[in-house]
Amino acid sequence: MALILTILVDGLTYASWLFIVALGLTLVFGILKILNVAHGSFYALGAYAAASMVAWFTSMQLAPAFSIVAMLLAAVVVAALVAPLCERGLLRMFYGRDEVLLVLVTFALFLIMEDLTKQIWGVNPLYVADPYMLFGVVEIGTLSYVGYDFMLVLVALIVGVSVWWGLNRTRFGKLVLAVIHNEEIAASMGVNVSRIYTVAFSVGIFLAALGGAFTAPMISVQPGVSVGVIIISFAVVIIGGLGSIPGAAVGALIVGMARSAAVHLWPVAELFSIYLVMAIVLMFRPEGLFQRVQARKI
Amino acid sequence: MTLRDSAPLRTSLIGLICIAILLLAGTAMPRWLTFLLTMSFANGIVALGIMLLMRSGVVSFGQGLVFATGGYTAALGFGMLGINDGLLLTLGGGLVAALVAAPFAWLIARYRGIFFAMLTLALSMVLYGVLVKSTVFGGSDGLNIGRVSYLGMRPADAWVSYANYAVTVVVVGIASILMRVYFDSVRGLVALSARDNEIRVEYLGSSVQSLIATNFIIAAFCGGVGGALAVIALGHIEPDYSYWTRSGDFVFVAILAGHHSVLAAFIASVALELVRSFSSAYFPHSWQLAMGLFLLAVIRFLPTGIGSLWAARARSSSTQRGAA
Repeated sequence: MALILTILVDGLTYASWLFIVALGLTLVFGILKILNVAHGSFYALGAYAAASMVAWFTSMQLAPAFSIVAMLLAAVVVAALVAPLCERGLLRMFYGRDEVLLVLVTFALFLIMEDLTKQIWGVNPLYVADPYMLFGVVEIGTLSYVGYDFMLVLVALIVGVSVWWGLNRTRFGKLVLAVIHNEEIAASMGVNVSRIYTVAFSVGIFLAALGGAFTAPMISVQPGVSVGVIIISFAVVIIGGLGSIPGAAVGALIVGMARSAAVHLWPVAELFSIYLVMAIVLMFRPEGLFQRVQARKI
Repeated sequence: MTLRDSAPLRTSLIGLICIAILLLAGTAMPRWLTFLLTMSFANGIVALGIMLLMRSGVVSFGQGLVFATGGYTAALGFGMLGINDGLLLTLGGGLVAALVAAPFAWLIARYRGIFFAMLTLALSMVLYGVLVKSTVFGGSDGLNIGRVSYLGMRPADAWVSYANYAVTVVVVGIASILMRVYFDSVRGLVALSARDNEIRVEYLGSSVQSLIATNFIIAAFCGGVGGALAVIALGHIEPDYSYWTRSGDFVFVAILAGHHSVLAAFIASVALELVRSFSSAYFPHSWQLAMGLFLLAVIRFLPTGIGSLWAARARSSSTQRGAA
């Protein structure tokens, strides 16, 4: 019983983190039709920015609770500065090209950002452990968990609901849906498509950076955090269906649970359990679990 | 039948001349250069497999799967089965890689575009997950492979590097000739038209799915051969061979080469290896930056690859000849 509970809690906290990051990836794909390989780099950038920001806040003698604000601010800075730069300065040149070629463009971006983060923050690991203990320890039965993990679940819920609300209940969201549906007609109706692209990309990057910023206290921030993240969030969005928000949530839960079950029951399978689930889903439902099958255009 | 009329004959002749030149030039090269070229050619043949798939209209983002399979087959064949012969190990690497790919080929061939890329990537990552954790394959430390012999001959210490180079040149050279002949065959040309318009090809009675499945297996064989050659030259293999960034490198080479010219795959591979070696030696923290910018420049300014620089010109001159 305790084991099942452990698996569920671990899976849930892992899934929340995963959902935040994967939601950004799926948004960018859904709107811009770009499978962003550099998504993990923005995640890493968020983690690095959070490390710097928290350190800066600490040096200003602010209360420890402010480190949450610092992490949030770090994600905002990444999204507001770097994302529009990448979208306007780089991706824009390649719109309309083959999807696979766009994957390579973002692969190039991934390579570039990998080194840029090394240039800025160096290669030694950074630690921001302080915020991790902010929320104390939660006792469930005989087991105790760090409260911070549950805070992540809350953040994921807030993020998911806000994005859903933003897309379905606001004017801007309707415009985005119109662009997803048919870019040309939306443009001819006076929708500023290029602005929507920039904003949508920035929101996607914000989510990646947010995921990175809130993970920073749980890990050591060092080169290489980006490479693992991207593949696992690929798995999530592929399982759920590219471009689908409920899909990202279910995908994150499946991957989170699969991983935590593997970790506790069969540790050897930790790494490949996720990719195996992804491969199986791809083989039988290549459009993902939550994607309607599209008719082939001739 | 003159030489000009028979494309396979001409291809073979040009290919054999290239092999001979490279073999001769190798004797005069410094050791670092022969090693660099050996690795480039081993990687180039993997990229050649991707080029074959690109000609059929799909791009595999998981050639690390077959590259690692070939490499591990060679290392295990040497370590556990006691096979000493480099050629046998190379061939074995290619065959096992093709065998591993075969059960998936038909399934994968149903997908196009991003789904093909992602599914191949998922498979290569499954292998990575298995390799990292399993003790048979040496876990994350990988496996070592000692010095191999070729056709019963053990090269002397001073000649090991050249022997690996020479064998790589010959094996890769012959594979390239065969690949060019295959490109120019009816089946190879059907692949090109499937790339342009798949439905039209289906209507004309060819099965694009079986075409892609076959080409996937051929590409897997190439990848396995490349992996085995690389491992023999390097003496070591680790799970990173199957990691997605490695597969990204191969796609990088294939995109840089374009799908027109077989030669371009090797030029692109050498170019990549040169950029990587020199920038990692002189700017250890910015070689990826250089590679990324390089890749962006290629996609932006040379979207059909360096091969298109001369292949397109050759084709236009041959159409002119045909028209005259």
